[in-house]
Amino acid sequence: MDQLNSSEPSVHVLRSQLGRARGLGAAGTGVAHWWAQRVTAILLLPLSLYFVASVLALAGASRAGVAAYIGAPWNTVLFLLLVGALFYHLALGLQVVVEDYVHRESAKLATLLVLKGLIIFCALACAVSVLKLAL
Amino acid sequence: MKDVRDALMVGRNSEGKLVRRPLSPHLQVYKPQISSALSIFHRITGCALGAGTLVLTLWLVTAATGDAAFSVVQAVLASWIGILVLIGFTGALFYHFANGIRHLFWDFGKGYELPTMHRTGYVVLVATVVLTAGFWVIGFLVW
Repeated sequence: MDQLNSSEPSVHVLRSQLGRARGLGAAGTGVAHWWAQRVTAILLLPLSLYFVASVLALAGASRAGVAAYIGAPWNTVLFLLLVGALFYHLALGLQVVVEDYVHRESAKLATLLVLKGLIIFCALACAVSVLKLAL
Repeated sequence: MKDVRDALMVGRNSEGKLVRRPLSPHLQVYKPQISSALSIFHRITGCALGAGTLVLTLWLVTAATGDAAFSVVQAVLASWIGILVLIGFTGALFYHFANGIRHLFWDFGKGYELPTMHRTGYVVLVATVVLTAGFWVIGFLVW
């Protein structure tokens, strides 16, 4: 088996398929993250267009105007959905970036915790503000 | 292949045959191309939009707080530097939106041929410019 000189790939190290699968990827986990990122991405396609249209509709609006707009029931629902999908998608995306570029385990863990904490804080602040404008 | 790290680059295809996995573009060793440039730009705009959510948060929280706080944020956003930052954010949003659609097509296994991939890449760039310009033309007309 002189496969070292051939261009055909081969494996000469003792390593089980399970061991290989476990070691794959910077996160070392399965496909749940990938799925959540895609589902939130698809959700955000219409929601981001809605958000852009809302911003245009509210250009130069007074606070009362913004409150009246966001307070309309469908707008409240769509803004809450937007906030949820947006911050979830952001958390998933930034997590991948950190996992790719921060290699020391302790620094990676600390960065992820700080970022996710900040994202939850902002998501809560947005959701509470939307509800306060609506209710 | 004697190195364990090399073993990670060898996988099996759906027929069980050993294949060498493709290597993702690595910024330090790859010659810049439209494919890798648009790829890293997707990440950069994603991170920029993450910073943009801070502005969204500030806008919503001050709107819920009161007229005084809200008018300060509105005034900052309407200043020339605020407009410049917002133009950047809308550009990043439209890029990430358009290139995100490209990514979703790839997830369905479509559009991987190099000519197609290059063409859709240029479509994304043109769409970004057109959508951003359109947004601001409408924005200034409405405002």
